[in-house]
Formats: sequence, structure tokens, C-alpha cells
Amino acid sequence: MSYETVIGLEVHVELLTKSKVFCGCSTEFGKDVNTHCCPVCLGMPGVLPVTNKKAVEYAIKAALALNCEIAEYSKFDRKNYFYPDLPKAYQISQYDMPLARKGYIEIEIDGNVKRIGINRLHLEEDAGKLVHEEGKGYSLVDLNRTGVPLIEIVSEPDMRSAEEAWLYLNKLKTILQYIEVSDCKMEEGSLRCDVNISLRPAGSEKFGKKVEIKNLGSFKAVKRALEYEEKRQRELLTQGFEVVQETRRWDEARGITTSMRSKEEAHDYRYFPDPDLVPMIIDKKWVEEIKTTLPELPDEKKKRYMRDFGLPEYDASVITSSKSFAKFYEECVELYHDPKIVSNWVMSELLGLLNEKGMEIDEVVFKPADFVKMLKLIDNGTISGKIAKDVFKEMFETGKDPEVIVREKGLVQITDEDEIRKVAQKVIEENKKSVEDYKSGKEKAFGFLVGQIMKETKGKANPQLANKVLKELLG
Amino acid sequence: MKLYELTIHEAHELLKKGEISSKELTLSVIERIQKVEDKVRAYVTINEEEALKNSEEVDNTRDFSTFLSGIPVAIKDNICTYNLRTTCSSKILENFIPPYDATVIKKLKTNNAVIIGKTNMDEFAMGSSTENSAFFPTRNPWDQTRVPGGSSGGSAAAVAADECIYALGSDTGGSIRQPANYCGVVGLKPTYGRVSRYGLVAYASSLDQIGPITKDVTDCAIVLNSICGWDEKDSTSADVPVDDFTKYLVEDVRGLRVGIPKEYMGEGIDEDVKSAVLSTAKLLEKMGAFCEEISLPHTEYALWAYYIIAPAEASSNLARYDGIRYGVRAKNYDDLIDLYKKTRSEGFGAEVKRRIMLGTYALSAGYYDAYYLKAQKVRTLVKRDFDRAFEKYDLILSPVAPSTAFKIGEMVDDPLKMYMSDVCTIPVNMAGLPAISIPVSFSNALPVGIQLIGKAFGEGTLLKVSYTLEKAVNLEKRKPQLD
Repeated sequence: MSYETVIGLEVHVELLTKSKVFCGCSTEFGKDVNTHCCPVCLGMPGVLPVTNKKAVEYAIKAALALNCEIAEYSKFDRKNYFYPDLPKAYQISQYDMPLARKGYIEIEIDGNVKRIGINRLHLEEDAGKLVHEEGKGYSLVDLNRTGVPLIEIVSEPDMRSAEEAWLYLNKLKTILQYIEVSDCKMEEGSLRCDVNISLRPAGSEKFGKKVEIKNLGSFKAVKRALEYEEKRQRELLTQGFEVVQETRRWDEARGITTSMRSKEEAHDYRYFPDPDLVPMIIDKKWVEEIKTTLPELPDEKKKRYMRDFGLPEYDASVITSSKSFAKFYEECVELYHDPKIVSNWVMSELLGLLNEKGMEIDEVVFKPADFVKMLKLIDNGTISGKIAKDVFKEMFETGKDPEVIVREKGLVQITDEDEIRKVAQKVIEENKKSVEDYKSGKEKAFGFLVGQIMKETKGKANPQLANKVLKELLG
Repeated sequence: MKLYELTIHEAHELLKKGEISSKELTLSVIERIQKVEDKVRAYVTINEEEALKNSEEVDNTRDFSTFLSGIPVAIKDNICTYNLRTTCSSKILENFIPPYDATVIKKLKTNNAVIIGKTNMDEFAMGSSTENSAFFPTRNPWDQTRVPGGSSGGSAAAVAADECIYALGSDTGGSIRQPANYCGVVGLKPTYGRVSRYGLVAYASSLDQIGPITKDVTDCAIVLNSICGWDEKDSTSADVPVDDFTKYLVEDVRGLRVGIPKEYMGEGIDEDVKSAVLSTAKLLEKMGAFCEEISLPHTEYALWAYYIIAPAEASSNLARYDGIRYGVRAKNYDDLIDLYKKTRSEGFGAEVKRRIMLGTYALSAGYYDAYYLKAQKVRTLVKRDFDRAFEKYDLILSPVAPSTAFKIGEMVDDPLKMYMSDVCTIPVNMAGLPAISIPVSFSNALPVGIQLIGKAFGEGTLLKVSYTLEKAVNLEKRKPQLD
């Protein structure tokens, strides 16, 4: 029997508000433990939460960008459970009346656009963090993160492969970064993902027993864990076993999932409406106002690049996959006449260096204007395309003006025919064998000779001139 | 002149004229506490040194422009006071010193009030007798074999025994009105949202409300003036204009339409209590009001719905007392779960545990609809009863409690019977309405009061009618014998 994979994702995203969702404490990451805490976020006796309007605004903004319907009436509920990182012993969340519902994201798979449904988006507070020290008989509690606003985005079980899940996550991250409501840094915990995966006989409407996987630290881990789990479940089913409905943990080092807790141990959170917070009545006008603050989203931007800049779909996808990357690109295009040349450079050289150094575009030290200046140096023949690559590297490292680099390193292209002729003559004398080969019809030898000229001039000879002069000399 | 016997407005006049100082007044109250506290046991913590210091500071400013300036107040021990122990009369918070002031405390301090101490209560405000304090029971100043009522029993007893000039209490199901009634003082439960709950240790958030317990109606208006108002720190606080409630202190009930719900006057209500209500009605009619029996048909269900909703909220509100961050932690434990279990087993008293278990059960999966949700529906019906009544009547007159103060220990083993002592007050909290309890007579040397229930934010009417009644019955100068 063949099986169909069914995947749904629950993504928690920390919002970039300056203060926490129910008090005025700072949300800054990485500060000394327990320094961003007040009686409210510590859940001291008698304190009360007050909703941060900015957090609601960001949540609405995210919901709109994800094509959700915003609920006019929603409320906060308490999710009760005991844990040392949860000061009130309940998390303020939203249960049966979330802020937004029924959205979607579009991904592209095998050249087709696929719509992945979003079941709901709600606002809640983050918990604190336990610090376990190896070999110590105790754990410490850091409550700086307590009360940082989170949105939980629950997808429909619309994904059919690990690849689709990965594309969905990437798209989600791109959109949230575009609208600047979260930095979505998985390594800092500002984006966290749990996945649900089940298999069912192909064509069946009924869902199979699902497994939830937690402890996913990177996008790659999500993909690997899903691939592993898909395989594990398929093997179980084909061998006639049942999949146990449970929560499993991803073991990054071993590349496997292991059992965490079974359905029987599932929590009873005893949700009920938080009596300390009045229901949220969302004004339609406010939603409209927020809508006007939405920037151009990646899909629109991509279409515009293809239309206005004549970029191939691939280039447009890569460049719009990050807002800052697209911004850099557009700044360059504004100063330069050929968007495709810019795209070539940005995609090969710039992206290459960024990947190599593990850097983000925001960390780049040179300005788009300098980059364009470099392109113009190629156009006016001052440097060759090959030299430009070295100039670019230098710009990337030092942020220097390309003209300065060219001057300091003496990289100006040799366009003086006489000078090139001198070098060519020297090359002919020193490579008699190749000259003979060329004359006896071996075209390849010509290229070698040109290469020698370039080598002698440290790449500075104008390639067209070198070709022309050499041809003349060889008759 | 015994300064401790003064009301706020009397003391204020003398302070303003410079005839007495705040320090003299405070000392007088402290001496009174030293003299009678053994018999009453109203206080968990007496803030003597700080209170004297504060009174001197007020004297130095010579600023007695506000009513509460320099006047000693007792605070129920579930209202957080900066740097002053706040225990909720529970072992689990025995060592808790809040790092902040409740909003009402901030307001009192802005008015230069002198906090004399923190008063005893039923643990976490759960109870109707102040016998559920983890520390000791408070006694009724009128008869020390009897309870002062609860859960603000310490506050009511302190006011009645002149161990303070006025006090703050909290009322979740009658915890201000019932003890005020048993102790022969005035207690007001304001409209839900009228007074900020920030800093009030929550028992049942949707029902809790802070209010004054005072020697007379005038003081009640004065205290309400200074503690009410919208608070940005409490989302449930109401953004309504702050009235000057002293302007309602006039004798006038002409044309007033008063409903007396028959459901509050039936079985289980003592005859002397009923007759206090009926004679009050007569008095009101004599002064020009119109009184009539009415029906609030869902009253009988209010108590049972309350005992689902309040414990449900309490089970969640009290979950934070786990021994991890503050309060008392069990000494010996094996692991995290054991720490939680032992801390909470050792830290909470029987009544608190009973309600936590009730509430946890009512909220748990599979029972939510049958209990919590159903109770919320009943709550809506109870509210509607009142809405309907207020279409026709300005005020509702009823007993405060089924009887006068009962004996200490009398109901300890029968929680259901104890719960009945709040049967006349609970519906008011369910509907979020304001209500006042004022003494109108005595029965066997014990005070008997009546309850007036008003429309939402109708405290003014309540105060006006109470003031009129107070003048008419004139019980002002009768004091319990404690010397």
C-alpha cells in the first residue's frame, strides 16, 4: 500500500515589541538573568496584567500579511499548568476565540503554486527559561523572557512532504521579517516550531495517528526530523504495526526522534477566560489602518521584479527571499541601468561571500552606491570583470570606495596597445611550442597564449585588446 | 476625650483646627490596640513604629487639607503594602513582604493616611467567620464568644473595637458587608471596577472588590472618594467619572422606590433579622419612600453558581503559590513535583484546599461545560433579575446575613452551613453591583444590619439612603464594652 504524508506546523514567534505583552518590562534579548522583571511578569500576589496595544497591533499585522480574518471579538484565556518557568502557574493565551483565523501562505513546489492554510493565529505570553548546569543538583530560573509577546500560528494539515514544510517555514519567516514584527531568529528562540506528522493510505480522507515532534532548533532540523519520522512511520505501517500517538523529541546529534510522552500523560490545561482581562473588541477601522502599514510582501515584490526589471523567476525569488536583500538590490538598480547585471553579481558574488562568512546582508559594510561604482568601472574599461571580483572582495571586507581600491592596488586595466604588444611579443618568444601548435591549427593554444598575457600583466590587460594584438602578431 | 473613638470626619476637624495632632491620634489608637487586642485579636501585623513615624511626618507638614491626612487606617492583610508583611492569613505567605503598594494603598498614602496595621482574615479571603485564618481567629467585639464574620473579620472588628479609625476590606461574596453587619459598623462593597484591584491578592478576580469599613456613613463616603477611580494597572477597572460622594450625605428618601426581594426573606432567615428589614422599610416609607415586595427568581441558584465560579478562579489564582519564588517552601522534598505538593499541602489550610479542589474539578476537561459554563449562565440569569428589578426600583433592601453573629466553632465542621451565611450578599457580587451594610438595631445585644443594593455605579444613592437611615435610627454612640 502506498501512504500519504500529512504535516501540520505550530509556529511560535516572538514579537519585536519593546515591552512585554502584559507589563512594561523590556523584551531585550541576552541581558543579565532576571534583570528585566517586575512584579507583574513575576506573577507576584495581587498584580494584574494590562495588554500591550503594540503587541496586538503586531499580531494583527502578521495576521493580515498571512491573509487571515481578524476576529472583531476575541478574549484571553488561562492555560493552567505548574512549571518553575511559569510564574503564575498559568500562561495567558487564547483558546476558543483567537485573534485571527482562516489565512493562508503560498509556496512554490515543482513549479506549481500551492496554498497552505492557516487555521488560526493568536496572541500569548512567553514563559521564562530554566538554566540547568551540568553536574549540579539544582536548576536556576531566568524570567527575563517571561511575558514577551508571542504569536502562535497553526497551519492546516496541508503539507505533504518535509520539503513543503520547509518551504512553508521559509515563506512564513520571510513574510514576518518583511512586515518587521519579528526577527525570527530560531537560534535565539524568537521563532520556535513544533510539527505534527501522520501517514495515511493514499486517497484516504481519515487522518492517521499523529506524532508531535518538539525540540527543533533550526529549519534544517525541521526538515530532517520530518524526513526521519516519515520514514519511521512508513516502515512501521508497512510492517503492519501501529503508530503510537505521542510527543517525540528530535535528537539532533543522532538524527533520530525519541519518545517524550504519550497521549495518556497529556495535560489538562483547564482553560477558562482570564477574569483579569476584558475581552478584546477590535475596531475595524484600526485593522484598516494597520493594513495600510503593510509593506509590499515577497510575492508581490517578486512579480514586480519579473515585470519591471525583466528578471527570470529564479533571480526574483532569490532576491526577494529577504527584505534587506531586496532593499539592497533595489538601491543598486536605482543607480544602475541593467538590473540583470546587478542580479548576476548579487546572486553569485555577494550571496557567495555572505554564505561563506555566515553573514546577513545587514552586516555588509559597503554601500550600494559603491557597488554600482564598481560596475561602472567595468563598463568604462577601467577594470576587467575578473579584477572586479577581487575589488569586490576587498570592498566586502573593508567597505572601501572601489576607485580607491583600484588606485591603491594599481589594478587599472591596461588599454595601451603598445604595452600589451610588448608583453605579447615576450609571451610568443617564451612559448614557441604553443605558437607552433596554434599555427598548425590547434585553436586551444591561442587561449593559452592569451592566458599567459593575462598572467604577465596580473590580469590587468584588457582581454579584447590582448586577443586583437595576439592575432595580429601571429598573423 | 477618647481620640480613638473619633470618626474620620470628627478627627479631621480637630486636626485641621490644630486641636489634636496626628501623632496623638495615632498613639491613642495604639494604646487602644494594646489594651483590647488580646480580647479581639484583629491584627496580624501592627505597624506601630512606622505609623508613629508617618504621623509625625504628617504633623510636620501641617497639611490636613485632605480628609484622610494623618488618620490611622487598618488594612486587610490581602492588600499589598510596600515593605509591610502581607500574609493573606496564610502560612504560605507568612514571610511575604511585597515590593510594591496596591493602587488603593498608593492612593491612601497620597492622602497622607497612616497605616496602623494589617488585619486578620479568613485565609485568602475564603470564609465567613475569620476562623479560617492560619494564625488565630478574631473575636466579635460585641461578644467575644462569637465570630466577627468574614472574611474581612479583622477589619470589621478593628473598626468596631476602635482599634483604628477606619479600615479597608475586600468583598468577593459578602466579605465586607457580612462582618460589618456582625460587628455593627458600615461596610460598602463598591460596583465591580469602581476601585482598582491592583495589589489585592486575588481570590476570585471577577468578583473581588475592595471597599471601606467605617464607623458611620459619612466616613464611608469619604473613604470611597479617595480609593475609587480608573487605574491603568487594572484592565477591569471602570473608566467612569469620579464622583464626590460626600455630596450625597443628605437626608432625603422622598419618592424613592424600594424593592424587598421575597427570596431574601424566606426560610433560613432569623425573625429578628427579618423584622429589622421590615421596620427599616416602614421607616423609609414614613420618610416618603415607597417600598414593595419584589421577586428575584434566580436567587436560590446564585449561591451554588458562586461556589463553582469563585473556586474555579481561585484554583487558578492560587496556583502561583508553589514555593519557587516567594513565600514559604516545604523543607524536605524529593523532586520538583514533591516540592510543589509538600509546599502546598503544608502551606494551605483546609478551606483553601477544599476550594482549590472544587475549582480544579469544575474546570477540568469533560466537566467544564457541566459546571463552570453552567454556572456562568446562572450568573447571567442572576444579573438579569437585578436588571429587571432596577427598571422599576431605585434600590433593593434586604438582610445582610441570615442571622446575627454566630458562635465561634459553631459552623466549623459544616462548610455548607457556613456558606449559607453569605446567601444574601453573594448575588450582588455575581451581578457586580454596589451594596452597603449598615447597622439599624440590636438583637440580644448583638448588632443587626440591613443591606441596600444599588444600580451599577449607583453608590451615591446608596450613601444618601444610608445616611438618612443612620440619622433616623441613631445608633451612633453605642459601643461594645471591652474595657
